[in-house]
This record gives sequence, C-alpha cells and structure tokens, in this order.
Amino acid sequence: MTKRVGMEIAFAAAEAAALCRIDVIAAYPITPNTHIPEHLSDIVADGRLDAEFICVESEHSALSACCGASGVGARVFTATSSQGLMFMGEVIPIVSAMRLPVVMAIGNRALSGPINIWNDHSDIMWQRDEGWISLFASNGQEVVDMIIQSFKIAEHRDVMLPLNINLDGFQLTHVVEPMLFPDQGEVDRFLPEYKPYAALHPDHVVSMGTLGLPEIFTEAMKAKDMALINSKKVILKIWKEWEEQFGRKYEPIEAYKTEGSRILLLTMGSMDETAEAAIDELHKRKISAGLLKLKLWRPFPSEELRKAVKGAKVLAVMDRAVSFGGASGPVGAEIRSALYDEPDRPLIINEIIGLGGRDVTLEDFIQIAEKAAMAEKKKPKEAYEIYGVRGS
Amino acid sequence: MADKKWPETWQEINPGCMVFRPGNAREYHTGSWRAKRPVYDFSKCIKCGICYIFCPEGCISQDADGYFVADLDYCKGCGICAHECWTGAITMVEEGKP
Repeated sequence: MTKRVGMEIAFAAAEAAALCRIDVIAAYPITPNTHIPEHLSDIVADGRLDAEFICVESEHSALSACCGASGVGARVFTATSSQGLMFMGEVIPIVSAMRLPVVMAIGNRALSGPINIWNDHSDIMWQRDEGWISLFASNGQEVVDMIIQSFKIAEHRDVMLPLNINLDGFQLTHVVEPMLFPDQGEVDRFLPEYKPYAALHPDHVVSMGTLGLPEIFTEAMKAKDMALINSKKVILKIWKEWEEQFGRKYEPIEAYKTEGSRILLLTMGSMDETAEAAIDELHKRKISAGLLKLKLWRPFPSEELRKAVKGAKVLAVMDRAVSFGGASGPVGAEIRSALYDEPDRPLIINEIIGLGGRDVTLEDFIQIAEKAAMAEKKKPKEAYEIYGVRGS
Repeated sequence: MADKKWPETWQEINPGCMVFRPGNAREYHTGSWRAKRPVYDFSKCIKCGICYIFCPEGCISQDADGYFVADLDYCKGCGICAHECWTGAITMVEEGKP
C-alpha cells in the first residue's frame, strides 16, 4: 500500500533505492549528496536491505567499484556531487561504453572555484556528453519515482545504459517534503529482477572493456550514440507503465499553462515549481506566458521540444551553468541547435541564473518574462546574459 | 569469419563491445605494425635465451634446433631482443629490404 511520508529528500532517495533491492552501493561522501549514501549505509547496517555497502577511498574508486559490480550482474547504485562527479570523470564514459546499467543520484552542486558547496548545474553539464541517460527532478516525489523507474529503464535489454537522476543540492537534497512511497510489493510488481545481458563469471567467458582500434572505434561510437537515442522509446514506454500503475505522469518536457502562450519559459530541476508559481502570477496580471519543464536531458528530446514551442514567439531558456566563452549557456546552446532548422521557431533568450546557490525567486521569473516580452519587440544584442549579476 | 578481424558495421558490434569468444586475440596479427624485423645470425647464437626473457610481446620460442626465434605474426619489431643479445646475433632490418 502506498504511504505518505514526510522525509528529507536525500533520505527518500536512499529509501527508494533500497526498495529497488539494490545489491551493491559504492559511494564516497561529498556535500550535498552525502545523506543519500549515509542513509543507505544505515539501511544496510540495520539489516533492512541485503546489500554490499563498499566504503571506498574516493569517487574514482566508487564508480570503478560500481562498474565492476555491475559487470558481474549486480544491481548497483551510487550518488555524488560536483567535484566528486568530476573525480569519477575518467570512469564515467567507460561505464556507458561497457553498457552497464549503473544508477547514480547527483545532488547538483557548483564546480569549484571559488569553492562553493551550493546548487547549480555545472557538475552535470560538465559530463553531459558521456553517454548516460540524464533525468532532472523538480521535487522529492519525482526523485523517489525516478529512482525506481531508473533501474527498469537502465536495465532494459533495449537500453543497457547507465543513468543519472539530478536533484538540486540543498534546494532538493536537504528539503523535507511529503512523498508517496509505494510498498515493496508494488515496487516488485513494477521492477523485475535484474537479468544482465552478460556477466563476468568463470563458467561463461566474456571480455568487457576491450580495446577499440581505429578500424572499429568509429562504429563503436555510432553504436553508443544509437543506444542512447533509441533509449527514448523505452523511457517513454516505462513512464507510461509507471503512470498506469501509480497514476503519476512523466514526460520528457512537461508543459504548464502553455496553451496559446506568446512567451514560454524553460526550466530544469527545482526551478520548475518556482517558475510555475510565477506563471500563475503572470496569468493574474493577464500576461500570456507558459512554462516548459525539461525532465529528460539525455537523450535530448528534440522532437518533443519542437512540438512544445509551436506558436510561441519568445522562449526564455534558463541555464544554471556557464559554458565559459561559449555561444550560449549549455541548455541554451542545445535548444538553439534543436530549433535552428524550424521555419517558425521562437526567438530565444538565454538567462544564466541561480549560480552557486544564489536564490531564484518568483520575482526573477516575472522579470525574465518581461525581458522576453521586450525581446519580441527588440532583439537583445547578446546571445545570453548572466541574470542579476552586479555591475553593468 | 577466419579472415574477418572486426565487425563490418556498427550494428554488428556486440553491446558494450563485449567479446564472447575467448582467445581470439591471437587472430589479430600485431606483426603487421612492424617497421623492422629481427634477422638472426645463428653462427653467433649461443642459445642463452636472453632475447626470449626480454621480449615484451612473448612471441619468441625455441625452434627444433634449439635456436630462439620470433614469431613474425606477433613480433612488433621493437628491437629489444637485438639490443639485449650478448653476441650481436640479431640485426634489425627494415621491412621490404632483404
């Protein structure tokens, strides 16, 4: 039976992973994700979950241990943030190249320096091109749901890819929220036992992590790209199954009051719900604005985006990271690229906001909607701006 | 299949580039990378086996007469054997030259 529980979201993430009957956890603490593995170690130590908790000496070892454990056919979970994700960096593309369905929660935090432990998206943007499926949660309920969905998606025979769930550091990891928890029976009904495509075993010889010479490397990269592109079909199917069983709907891009809107805002993560409140306020002021919440970052839902922006005149894209010296913010560049060939694309403005834990408020989104309305009349000179920066 | 060293198209690659047939590395002749090959003067060879010990490829073995010779299917021509040989019995000769 589903139960409503009030809990810190990081703890809820750990509870959700435990409900998935994970076999191995290898993790190293780093703020703000720490409570996720910490609570999992409690769950294992209390005997509530029969799993191996590997205390490693670094994040590089954490993901390496996950890679090995997944290679022998274990269901594997880990979590990290910021510098920890960077320290995993060497192993990140290897896990996806080996097609191992490791699931990782990322408590998003700014990359140093200056050293900063608070939220933005520079950690995940830094590793976006490494072949992992990447989801963004707006709230605690989505974190719980996405973790349970993740194992089913990642382990599906037509996917076999690692997956990360992004939850904003502090804004989500440390917030106490009421969440609906399915019971073990319901999770077991949704999530079948993991049956690996291949597992390292003395009786069944297989080589994993092989050398790829120039004669084969291009084809190997094409195969990896197609695996990620093709995973979208399975993600959509599993989200449909989730909706049928649990009644909560998931889409690559969720639209909020977009019908007939001239102005659209696009956000990711914990900004989503603040932006929703701003849209309600704008509607009270008779301003025609809607919101797109991007949930699926990789594989990028280009087709859904093209449909979602139809009819809009201006699209204001929020980025929570800087692509230093780049053409736009990382999300801005992606969206411009996806829409460039559309004959009736909206004008795009790109606002870099909420860096290193700076609050993103309802008033900020109202101002951005006003900027978007102005941009419709007079196109801004710059492709992006760092919103709210002091000094003109 | 015997002469096919790698999958032709991306669709033919096993997921994760996994290899299920053990021992197939021997079918890949790394000797094709060689620029120079070892040439032996058996009149100088004392059959000590120092070349066999130092060969990083492990491609040297003794022939029926007890001489140590490289398997040119796998010898990459690094020349370590020639460098180590006590008696100067091994000369590295450019491929294509007699």
